[in-house]
Amino acid sequence: MSEMPWYNKGLFSSLNLRQKTLLTIGLTAFVLIVIFISGTLINANLPTNFAIKMQPPSFEHLFGTDWMGRDMFIRTIKGLSLSIVIGLGASIISSIIATILAFVASINRVCDEFVSWLIDLFASIPHILLIMMISIALGKGAFGVTMAVAFSHWVNLTRVLRAEVLQINTSEYVALSKRFGKSKLWIAKEHILPLVLSQIFVGTLLVFPHAIMHESSVTFLGFGLSPHEPAVGIILAESMSYLAMGAWWLAFFPGISLLIVVLLFDIMGENLKRLFDPSEANN
Amino acid sequence: MDLKAENISFSYNKKRQILKDVSLSLNSNQIVGLIGDSGSGKSTLCKIISGYISNYSGKVTLDDKEIPDKDYYPVQLIFQHPEKTMNPKWKMDKVLNEAWAPTQELKDTFGLKDSWLTRWPNELSGGELQRFSILRALNPKTKFIIADEISTMLDAVTQVQIWDALIKHCRTNNIGILAVSHDPELLEVICDDILYFKDINHI
Repeated sequence: MSEMPWYNKGLFSSLNLRQKTLLTIGLTAFVLIVIFISGTLINANLPTNFAIKMQPPSFEHLFGTDWMGRDMFIRTIKGLSLSIVIGLGASIISSIIATILAFVASINRVCDEFVSWLIDLFASIPHILLIMMISIALGKGAFGVTMAVAFSHWVNLTRVLRAEVLQINTSEYVALSKRFGKSKLWIAKEHILPLVLSQIFVGTLLVFPHAIMHESSVTFLGFGLSPHEPAVGIILAESMSYLAMGAWWLAFFPGISLLIVVLLFDIMGENLKRLFDPSEANN
Repeated sequence: MDLKAENISFSYNKKRQILKDVSLSLNSNQIVGLIGDSGSGKSTLCKIISGYISNYSGKVTLDDKEIPDKDYYPVQLIFQHPEKTMNPKWKMDKVLNEAWAPTQELKDTFGLKDSWLTRWPNELSGGELQRFSILRALNPKTKFIIADEISTMLDAVTQVQIWDALIKHCRTNNIGILAVSHDPELLEVICDDILYFKDINHI
């Protein structure tokens, strides 16, 4: 007897792989939405209470309190929801850039060369450097960081989409469509876009973790959000000065939470990719 | 109307020329058959005549005029593999109506069932798909049909049904057909005239 695979044991053994994939996506999306909504409901100006400053984690304050007596759990949730908003904005903008460039590349050879050159140019500059420069140029803050992350993360998706569009452009149904007298714009809209839509969608979700990580790191380095916005990067940067004093919880819990959020997005993206697999897309 | 191909030469690479000085002429009230061996360049010739390949030498004219490339092309090619000529993310309804909206009567003569229209291309068989690709090419602006082995993968009954419907429509609407096949018996039944590819290709 061969052993049952791990995913066919226990609680969810009656579900098929597709249902499990959907369940995973649903659960991750639910957790992320809960974090986001509870974050938006929290007032950014938390009351300070110096009577309870620098308390280690307890049941009353799950993540401990900081040097002004603010509850770190609430600050972390608020910071994560800010990160999610910035990540969402950045990945949507970068996917739009990627889609437009991929279609521009398909116009003719010159455009294709230009887009390839642009891809090489942006891929050759370290991300973090590019993000810092754009963020400073756009006046920092949430807007600057979102734009900076968006303008540095379109590269990979553009590369994938460009190849995909090139391939579809050589297919017989596109050639036939041209013989039917259809314009290039019509072919791009009707033939190519539906075929690359799932790629775009999954690509957007997979940019998300990068966007959040980079947002946090530039904020940590001081080129991102301003200090009064409780982004995870700010929280981590502030905690550095207290780490030597033994306040490990100031950095540990926000860091772990950020990691979990990033992983949740990654899991969701990977599962959606599996769901959108072309061979199963029609079911 | 007359479709003429004059002195067509073409090669995919420098090593081997595939078409040399091929000339043929079709009239729109004729059905002409073309027989040749596999790999001899029949399909390439078909693609040149129907405008899919542009970097050939020679001339393709319709009533002694060059065919404009931008508009609907009056010479329509029907491919051997219909599944490749349909966008996998389109329902059959959209596939059929891409070029024009065929009448219900025409759909019936080709044996097209309405229930197929709501399906995806990969849910229909080759024969069913081929009916769509033929019907799609019968836009009123079509003057010539290049049928490149369109019935090779079909069973005898379906072959007869499809060819019957196609020939009837083309006769009444004055559309010329170039039927390419390596089945001489089929061509003998349906064609007014048969060309042998090795006779027209001067290699």
